[in-house]
Amino acid sequence: MTTRMLPGPRVLRVEWVPGADRLRGTCFCGATHDAEDPIAMWEWLLDHRDSHGGCPVGSAPDVPIAPRREPVLA
Amino acid sequence: MTSFVRDQWYVAAYSHEVGREAILGRTILDEPIALYRTEAGEAVALADRCVHRRFPLSESRLDGDNVVCGYHGFTYDKAGSCVFVPGQQRIPRTARVSSYPIVEQDSFVWVWIGDHAKADPARIPRAPWLDDPNYATVCGMEPLDARYSLLVDNLMDLSHETYLHGGYIGTPEVANTPMTTEVDDDAGIVFVSRHMDDADCPPFYSESTGIQGRITRWQDIEYHPPCLYLLHSRIAPQGVLPPSDGPDDRAFHVEVVYAITPSTEHSTYDFWAVARDFALADEGVSDFLRENNRTVVLQDVTALNILEKVVAAEPAGVQELSINIDTGGLAARRILRRLAEAPAEVTT
Repeated sequence: MTTRMLPGPRVLRVEWVPGADRLRGTCFCGATHDAEDPIAMWEWLLDHRDSHGGCPVGSAPDVPIAPRREPVLA
Repeated sequence: MTSFVRDQWYVAAYSHEVGREAILGRTILDEPIALYRTEAGEAVALADRCVHRRFPLSESRLDGDNVVCGYHGFTYDKAGSCVFVPGQQRIPRTARVSSYPIVEQDSFVWVWIGDHAKADPARIPRAPWLDDPNYATVCGMEPLDARYSLLVDNLMDLSHETYLHGGYIGTPEVANTPMTTEVDDDAGIVFVSRHMDDADCPPFYSESTGIQGRITRWQDIEYHPPCLYLLHSRIAPQGVLPPSDGPDDRAFHVEVVYAITPSTEHSTYDFWAVARDFALADEGVSDFLRENNRTVVLQDVTALNILEKVVAAEPAGVQELSINIDTGGLAARRILRRLAEAPAEVTT
């Protein structure tokens, strides 16, 4: 798993699983889901973001944020 | 229905394009705009149509800080108020042209398209390398006869480098390396990260950095919809990673910046800039990067102009096929759709 790049508290993340054709999505609440294509992946993430499927909200995924060489976020 | 995103800042020009020798005309989101500088050096953006008979002010001349219409002499001050009409004393109350909120930042001239009351300069995304003395920058602008969304698709999925830009910036590893995508809807940012641990060095980087052999190549895209696209490119000899602390001085850093400014529904200004943190005073490197990046941009222009004709001729709703490489592009499309439906929703 690579480090997170965006520092915000409500970041949605999709990783292309190394060595596979699968995508793995992670909601900012920590829930994950695998999908075979990006459209299905985003549908799950956006649905989950809106409802969190009963998950507790606010627990950021346990992924370190990469140090930024030059922060340029607006 | 228009796909334009209003109530946003857009790059209208580079600062060096706006002067006093000529008035620059640009059409942004279908709005013709005339750009010039006052004698004090302040950049001005006015509607590029004389209120009298619609003659373009960009085809007119300056008199001090005022614009004198080249057709009948209607004269406007820098706020767009008419201060002179020919042959009569009374200036009609409606004789004025719109002036646009304008900000110069990071070598760009940004104008606000939309409700002027909402124009907040703090919302302009940054590209600080472009006027940083620790970087050397080459830049240009190519007009694109294609809708801006095609350029967004193009830039968000760099796997096309392998096929469209082979021999310049593309190598097999770009298309073959999985990437990670992140979206912050609150901030309105899409990030796509592709890190190649062991890759061929394309001529664009071997010629400019002098690296021989294989490289570790990182591509980190940071897109601030709708206008600003940043590609943080890190090139290092294979296996050289950033140190845990201290400067990353064994690597070469190139900040590739695009400003994607819709002109009409079917045309776009493709502003591009390449800023590097090495060989700062080497004009040969600057010339090489300028010529090669322009070639790469023109390869995109040719492809997207063809694609525009195809897309424009097709009925709405033609089915596309999206695969893993499109993850970032789909995220960008969704944010653009949301912004077009509800402008200025993004809070930063």
